[in-house]
Amino acid sequence: MSKHPVDARGSLIATSFFGIGLMAAIDEIVFHQILAWHHFFDRSTQTVGLISDGLLHSAELLMLAAGFYLFVQLSSRRAVSRLHAWAGLFLGAGGFQLFDGIVDHKILRLHQVRYVDNLLLYDLAWNAFGALLLAIGFMIWRTARSSPASLQGGR
Amino acid sequence: MAHDTHLLTLAGTSLLVLLTLALWFAYVLGVRAQRRRRKTWHCWRTVSFSLGCGLLVAAFSPFMVEWGHADLRGHMAQHLLLGMFAPIAMMLGSPGTLLLRSVPAVTARRITEFAGSVPVRCLSHPVTALMLNVGALYILYLTPLYQLSFSEPVLHVWLHLHFVLAGYLFSWSIAGPDPAPHRPGMWLRLIVLFVAIAAHAVLGKLMYAYGFPRDAGHDLAEIEAAAQLMYYGGDLAELLLAVVFFATWYRRRKLAGSSSDGGQQTADPG
Repeated sequence: MSKHPVDARGSLIATSFFGIGLMAAIDEIVFHQILAWHHFFDRSTQTVGLISDGLLHSAELLMLAAGFYLFVQLSSRRAVSRLHAWAGLFLGAGGFQLFDGIVDHKILRLHQVRYVDNLLLYDLAWNAFGALLLAIGFMIWRTARSSPASLQGGR
Repeated sequence: MAHDTHLLTLAGTSLLVLLTLALWFAYVLGVRAQRRRRKTWHCWRTVSFSLGCGLLVAAFSPFMVEWGHADLRGHMAQHLLLGMFAPIAMMLGSPGTLLLRSVPAVTARRITEFAGSVPVRCLSHPVTALMLNVGALYILYLTPLYQLSFSEPVLHVWLHLHFVLAGYLFSWSIAGPDPAPHRPGMWLRLIVLFVAIAAHAVLGKLMYAYGFPRDAGHDLAEIEAAAQLMYYGGDLAELLLAVVFFATWYRRRKLAGSSSDGGQQTADPG
């Protein structure tokens, strides 16, 4: 009974939620507030875009809260699988970055990365960064699944 | 005339401060009685309730009232404290549980029956609470009501009271720790919370984008700053509420999983 079973799937889900929320928060703090590359509201977004923006924002907040709480629970039960947790964080963050770059910026046209002539470069960098995070997440995930060590390394 | 309305407003908010202090005093007396009867009452509940009352008093202080009169940012800070942060802190102090424990059993039963009656259940439904809370904000900022609240002191004071009551009702209906056998399921509450966060964020951006509230003597830069304060400050409060909500959900599932260890959530009669 003293051994704590490690919850690999739970770890992955908790941190991927957290990763999504975290990336959204980083976007708001770094790009909206510090760099001010894109704005709180850019005066060209349609009302529909504004409402969908609100819904997305709400989902992010709830995911951040859910991820945070799930992770606290897992760690208090000592059921965190560390590799799975890292994989989840990267998958969530990368997934959100790519989603933001493609759906928010290009399809919904909520705002652009930066208001300059050579936007393509910024879009490429934005999405490549998201894809890179996703790739790192997948690699860690594969390692986690193949290594039995991760099943006891929980803390 | 402007001076008179101002004095009336100050008098009204002072009354609200006194009410808050009375409420806090009653709570502390109740906790003391529990202690004397050797019943457990977690210290953090008292701390949380006191913090909530403190935030209310701060938001009703003459300084904040002046700032809220002169500047939309001050008004928004008041709104955040009164309608979001203070109610969450007070709700976490479970004053309802304390009330039920402190009054005689007959009265407690009557209160529970009253709370279970159809009108009260309708009123405390998350969807109603959402309408009263965020819906009222839409009406306030997108119509001339906001401007009117500065010339009518009664409306002004009532509005602030409404912030507190609707905020409390909403946060309680989503994640309140008090016993509530008729509360709707967790999924519905999650959806309502989702809609509430989105609606609050959209209102913030609408105000920023189209310069609401209009014709109230605020320039665009001031409105933009106030809207951002509302957006990000609201985020923080909603994040807090969401964490409490997920904690409640998790505890419920754990209780449902191992129903042997009693009703921590359902009732607290003794």
